[in-house]
Amino acid sequence: MTEDLTRQSAAVLAAAIAAKEVSAQEVATAHLERIAAVDGVVHAFLHISSDSAMAQAKRVDEKIAAGTEVGPLAGVPLALKDVLAMHGEPTTAGSRILQGWKPPYDSTVVARLRAADIVILGKTNMDEFAMGSSTEHSAYGPTHNPWDLTRIPGGSGGGSAAALAAFEAPLAIGTDTGGSIRQPAAVTGTVGVKPTYGAVSRYGQIALASSLDQPGPCARSVLDTALLHAAIAGHDPMDSTSLNAAVPDVVAAARRADIRGMRIGVVKELSGDGYQAGVSQRYHEALSILEDLGATIIEVSCPHFEYALGAYYLILPSEASSNLARFDGMRYGLRTGDDGANSVEQVMSLTREQGFGPEVKRRIMLGTYALSSGYYEAYYGQAQKVRTLITSDFNAAFANVDVLVSPTAPTTAFKLGEKLDDPLAMYLNDVATIPVNLAGICAMSLPVGLAPEDQLPVGLQIMAPAMADERLYLAGGALEAALVDRWGHLLIEEVPSL
Amino acid sequence: MSQTTYVPFEQALKVYEPVFGLETHVELGTKSKMWCGCSTDFGADANTQVCPVCLGLPGSMPVVNRVAVESTIRIGLALNCSIATWCRFARKNYFYPDMPKDYQISQYDEPLCFDGYLDVTVETPEGPQVVRVEIERVHMEEDTGKLTHAGGATGRIHGADYSLVDYNRAGIPLIEIVTKPVSGTGALAPAVARAYVSELRDVMRALGVSDVRMEEGSLRCDVNLSLNRPGEQWGTRSETKNVNSLRSVERAVRSEIERQASVLDLGDRVIQETRHFHEDTGRSTSGRSKEQAEDYRYFPEPDLVPVAPSDAWVEQLRSTMPEMPSVKRARLQAEWNINEFELASLVNAGALDLVEASIAAGVDSVAARKWWTGELLRVANDTGVELADLQVSPGQIREIEELIALGALNDKLARQVFEGIIHGEGDVASVIAARGLAVVSDDTALLAAIDQALSAQPDVADKIRSGKVQAAGAIVGAVMKSTKGQADAAKVRILLLERLGVSE
Repeated sequence: MTEDLTRQSAAVLAAAIAAKEVSAQEVATAHLERIAAVDGVVHAFLHISSDSAMAQAKRVDEKIAAGTEVGPLAGVPLALKDVLAMHGEPTTAGSRILQGWKPPYDSTVVARLRAADIVILGKTNMDEFAMGSSTEHSAYGPTHNPWDLTRIPGGSGGGSAAALAAFEAPLAIGTDTGGSIRQPAAVTGTVGVKPTYGAVSRYGQIALASSLDQPGPCARSVLDTALLHAAIAGHDPMDSTSLNAAVPDVVAAARRADIRGMRIGVVKELSGDGYQAGVSQRYHEALSILEDLGATIIEVSCPHFEYALGAYYLILPSEASSNLARFDGMRYGLRTGDDGANSVEQVMSLTREQGFGPEVKRRIMLGTYALSSGYYEAYYGQAQKVRTLITSDFNAAFANVDVLVSPTAPTTAFKLGEKLDDPLAMYLNDVATIPVNLAGICAMSLPVGLAPEDQLPVGLQIMAPAMADERLYLAGGALEAALVDRWGHLLIEEVPSL
Repeated sequence: MSQTTYVPFEQALKVYEPVFGLETHVELGTKSKMWCGCSTDFGADANTQVCPVCLGLPGSMPVVNRVAVESTIRIGLALNCSIATWCRFARKNYFYPDMPKDYQISQYDEPLCFDGYLDVTVETPEGPQVVRVEIERVHMEEDTGKLTHAGGATGRIHGADYSLVDYNRAGIPLIEIVTKPVSGTGALAPAVARAYVSELRDVMRALGVSDVRMEEGSLRCDVNLSLNRPGEQWGTRSETKNVNSLRSVERAVRSEIERQASVLDLGDRVIQETRHFHEDTGRSTSGRSKEQAEDYRYFPEPDLVPVAPSDAWVEQLRSTMPEMPSVKRARLQAEWNINEFELASLVNAGALDLVEASIAAGVDSVAARKWWTGELLRVANDTGVELADLQVSPGQIREIEELIALGALNDKLARQVFEGIIHGEGDVASVIAARGLAVVSDDTALLAAIDQALSAQPDVADKIRSGKVQAAGAIVGAVMKSTKGQADAAKVRILLLERLGVSE
């Protein structure tokens, strides 16, 4: 293989490695060199695990040399969001409070990646504890969008998306609580899937909001995303909320990519005002392509979606305020003020004061308030009722259509710093992605072109019922193929060279 | 408010009526913890029975121990409770260093078992009286770690030089059994409270769900109590924690009645507060006031799916319920033909099951009761262990009894055999062999010992010869002494009289 190894898809790399045309170690080295060359300006990674990556690549090469059967992504490098525990490697969730912590165990996702012979290059940047839509809330500085380094790469998983767009890794893992996989995918011209809640184990994912969190696959193409989805999904006895059901054949769906006869619903409430002109334009072009491919477009109404953002910002902070309580300086990570004079409460308080950033503190306070005696019913209780209504909206819609579509994000990538002081504007980024998490269903974002006014990527969101993840890949695969026919290549090929 | 003088109990009861409730925590005896596979064994080195889950490490998640749910349902059934068809865990949020996650996974408004009762028997001057204690709920939760405070005067975290945490206990399954308020028991309140905890302990033992060792903290009690004048509304209650023995339960209720009566007699009001009971003084001291109660911000635990026991599962568990202690006591009392007093002493000694097992092993019922409530109980009390922990088996008692019947052992020697067994010297045969405990039945050896005794006490020998047979005791005693108790005294007497040509 003579071409630049970092420009290849995961599927192509895996085939070449399996055929011994290139070694996993050469592939890993090429990506580590690319990271060394460009991550100074992108800052997608918080930690590069060169030693463990090269050791894993060596094991893969030895397996292949010995004729041992390997997984379909054997030897392919991957960027791991820093919210997933990896044995012996720093895991900070983008927070100062976990600086220096090295987990003594592997998350289930990492265990499955290792079992699939995938090579983990390092840990990617993110908004602190996955709270944010721009990666600017990382305690370790923002990540820059490879399409325009003055812009945000989305969040919270901006590091993973930027690593793909900067050709630092062909595969990445994200986690999606309200859009943290899909919105970064949209603004970086990459593909990301939030699987059905429970499809991928959360064991070892540092929890933000347990009832909403879901790890998922990220890549530059629909097929690569499907291959990674298949590698990490499946029942896990360590996660009570893990689905005990067969994983839908997402790889076959991505390859079939046929949507003739598919009924595609356009959510009225997610298709109106508030979108950047170029986002609306590319979205509507995508709809007509889908129609040309044999799908029927039907408008559906989800009247309770307007309450989704409000419900989300009660449920998420409530769960987060409890999940983040354990960061008290007693057992691991940062400890501040332990000078012999301070009481245990003071040490806990000082540690949390210094260890958490402003957005984390804001949400902990919101959640603590929402769960307080006397307010619980009015806030958390009401939000749960909204959640039920949103699920009913989806159920009603899916009675008539196979998938739903909307733009993923209201705008293309905005400028770094632009919304940092306006939390509400930042929260509105996720207005189209949040209902999916509240209902526990699955969704994909894939690129549908550049907005004419700023030449930045626009993402389309496809939503499918719980445990029907394969429909995302059927529709996404078909749309991607049609777009590649039109452009002659994937959109990501148009990213400026760094 | 400090109190040095209390209104005496009898006087308090003339003016006030007590209402009390008990919250009892029981550590389940499951092999593994509530949410992970770590061992629950007591006494291991600190922080050796821990994993990412029970340490609450970032990213770790709990998975419910099915055996713990099963045990809780069985407890609920034994306490005549309804079993929820669907219930959830909840998080109780508060910061404390013994809690790895800074929240405790518990159950809040959806307990697994609810609305039951337990009948208990108390002794009154008019004879035994049965009191029904109603059960509000039985719910599941996890235990915390254990803190040890070094330095400082109070033994509390405040003022300590440093504190050590052992998380071995963190995540051990706990159940909490909460009674409804018990009223109308008057002066019997302390006895009813004690009898309830005692009966609860027996139920747990019968179910085999916990070793219920109060001294190891596997059964812990909190006592809620208020006083009111007859016909008036219930008063403000206090909650006394750290009540960790049966005797303490009784004393805590009694002491709190006396304390609250003193407060009320002075025209003051009882403060709603948590109090700490002290075993040494039998009194409690004020803890934090409940009027600035912490807000635990309970909400359903999102990391766990609801527990939804099917009817079939509950019925299957019901079909495996053992005989309840009260039923068993009545049956054994009839079978052994013993009175209330004897039954009570067997129960108090913790000997009931052991006697039953010994009889099942073939020991005569009188002998079984004699050994367990006599010599063995004495040894247990002297060494401060439970009867059941003496390591004496029913089979060994049968063997010893058989040897006594054959004349190969006497009571005194049998006690030495038990001593050997308890000291770990092996089985019955090995102890007898090693200690040389067989009864001396060789006539020649006995006659030699008799002759020696007679020549040592010639005046006694003369008395016996002259017909004063009652003087034979002194010679028999000397022979028993010289044979170190290994002779059969009756046989020595017969041989002695023959030797001297005297008849009875």
